[in-house]
Amino acid sequence: MNEAAHRWGMAIDIDRCTGCQACVTACHAENNIPLSDPESAAKGRAVHWIRVDRYYEGEFPDIKVKHMPVLCQHCEDAPCEPVCPVYATYQNPEGLNVQVYNRCVGTRYCANNCPYSVRFFNWFDPAWPQPLNLQHNPDVSIRVGGVMEKCTFCIQRISRVELDAKTENRPVADGEVQPACVQSCPAEAVVFGDLNDPESKVSRMAGSGRAQRLLEEVGAKPKVFYLQKAT
Amino acid sequence: MATATATTVSPYNEVRSDLWRPLSGASPRYLAILAGLAAIVLWGAFAWSYQLLHGIGVAGIRRPVFWGFYLIDFVFWIGISHAGTLISAILRLTDAGWRKPVTRAAEAITVFALMIGGMFPIIHLGRAWLFYWLFPYPNSRLLWPNFRSPLVWDVTAISTYLTGSAIYLFLPLIPDVAQLAKHATGWRRFVYRKLSLGWTGSDREWNALEHAMKLMACIILAVAVSVHTVVAWDFSMSVAPMWHSTIFGPYFVVGAIFSGIAALLIAMAIIRRAMHLEKYLTPHHFNNLSKLLLLMSLLWLYFTVSENLTAWYGNEPKEMNVFGAQLRGSFAPYFWAMVFCNFVVPFILLGIKKLRTIKTAIIASITVLIGMWLERFLIIIPTLSFGRLSSTWGNYAPSWVEISITVATFAAMIALYLIFAKLFPIIAVWEFEQE
Repeated sequence: MNEAAHRWGMAIDIDRCTGCQACVTACHAENNIPLSDPESAAKGRAVHWIRVDRYYEGEFPDIKVKHMPVLCQHCEDAPCEPVCPVYATYQNPEGLNVQVYNRCVGTRYCANNCPYSVRFFNWFDPAWPQPLNLQHNPDVSIRVGGVMEKCTFCIQRISRVELDAKTENRPVADGEVQPACVQSCPAEAVVFGDLNDPESKVSRMAGSGRAQRLLEEVGAKPKVFYLQKAT
Repeated sequence: MATATATTVSPYNEVRSDLWRPLSGASPRYLAILAGLAAIVLWGAFAWSYQLLHGIGVAGIRRPVFWGFYLIDFVFWIGISHAGTLISAILRLTDAGWRKPVTRAAEAITVFALMIGGMFPIIHLGRAWLFYWLFPYPNSRLLWPNFRSPLVWDVTAISTYLTGSAIYLFLPLIPDVAQLAKHATGWRRFVYRKLSLGWTGSDREWNALEHAMKLMACIILAVAVSVHTVVAWDFSMSVAPMWHSTIFGPYFVVGAIFSGIAALLIAMAIIRRAMHLEKYLTPHHFNNLSKLLLLMSLLWLYFTVSENLTAWYGNEPKEMNVFGAQLRGSFAPYFWAMVFCNFVVPFILLGIKKLRTIKTAIIASITVLIGMWLERFLIIIPTLSFGRLSSTWGNYAPSWVEISITVATFAAMIALYLIFAKLFPIIAVWEFEQE
């Protein structure tokens, strides 16, 4: 199988999102993300690889709220990549913007240069309260203090599906890879798949008239598409 | 026009004994000051050890303000380092006669400020013990550092600059240490002899030295300009609002020379008082450098206006968030304090001839140092606080760790300078003989 056969991408239907935060919780459990107490969260030290931004429209009491899950946009021309002095972040052949924890020395330049502010820093060595320290996902490495981390599109799940498909000598089916946020979304607002396959659900959603990308003006070419009714 | 330098007044022997006098003995006051400074530096070292042990989270930086005091101090000290090279190299190349008592004092600032400034990118790393991964040689898997990253340019530029300015400080020191070696005793004699590299004072050696100094002056000028441009590019290569600016390179170079001259004026005033060198560092020198400081103040204002006026006129929403916070929002007190320190004070005190004395030059220099530190604060913090997505806005306050380390570097600078002035004549002695 050609390594670059896939170009993973995501589509998020904002009109469907209820802001329930299930994706945030699932992401924490899947990716061994440290928890933060209220004090450190107030200090700006909380880590959420996916967050739900809220946008309010109208004047009180006539308010409409829009929820927008924001995660690493896995940009094609990612501003975080060229500025890293040690290649700790780079674009892998399948279009994922990956973070190599062992290479990272913690200059935090990537985080400053990320227009979406989706990169997080390990200010300390991570710790989990009992009994959460017993439920780590064995497929995901735990990050030491001093390195950056961010959404990986659940690369461990992608690898597993690709391996399964390879051993069974068949192509990866559309919808077979389900990152934790996709799997947990009760409204099915989040869709993941191969942008190289024009028939995949994510490709069809990305091509819809409702689709747009966040901060298009930066020119980073994100691979996350947001769908909402044009207003 | 007759120059007011001491050279015309005193015979060489008298000059030499005047300039060597501070080298011998150490007064209790000198030792007390040094001990006080050492205590502050040790406190800073403790703060850094604490940070290394517990994680960089003990500093106040946070998302989205990932860069804080450490990077401000970095740019500030690299700026101070432009005192020596620019002043000394320009004056040396243009053969300005009045430069003689000034150059070594300036060159020493460069080397020490660079040593201190160069520490900050390391202190600021999440995993500081791996700083050498940025050096341009491949790791065990033959992966080189990323040459597209401005931080790698930074490492290259600053190590080049430190090497170059150390050589530039050392070259004119050789004839002086050779003379000192003849007269000194004990361990000093040993050190001076080693440092003099077997200098005998032959015509051939003088010729070579003269050539080497001219050449280094040319090289160091180019390096100095490029170094601070590269420091500016750490910011302007990014896509962050108000950082992505074409003017940052020259703006930073001008700011660096500006703060460098201020630091030099303060150092000169202290040397003059503490070592009783009133005869050598005359009001003439202070007057000349004050005029230079005034010129740089005006240049700085020109750049600041250009930078902000174009941003304001362009009215780009993401930039206006940062701009508004600076000029009339939460950062406004700092901004207007900066304008007051960097422009109003020097313009009044040094622009009006009657007011321009050594004392006012020192007052203006101190406000300029404060103002230029604030400038770096205002470049780094507001941009990071007001990112492109308003949902991630946040502010920053330093912790005791950052403040301790910052204060310690000022103490370290003064201490290094005091030690240097005790070991080597702070004014080049041999230059007075040459006449």
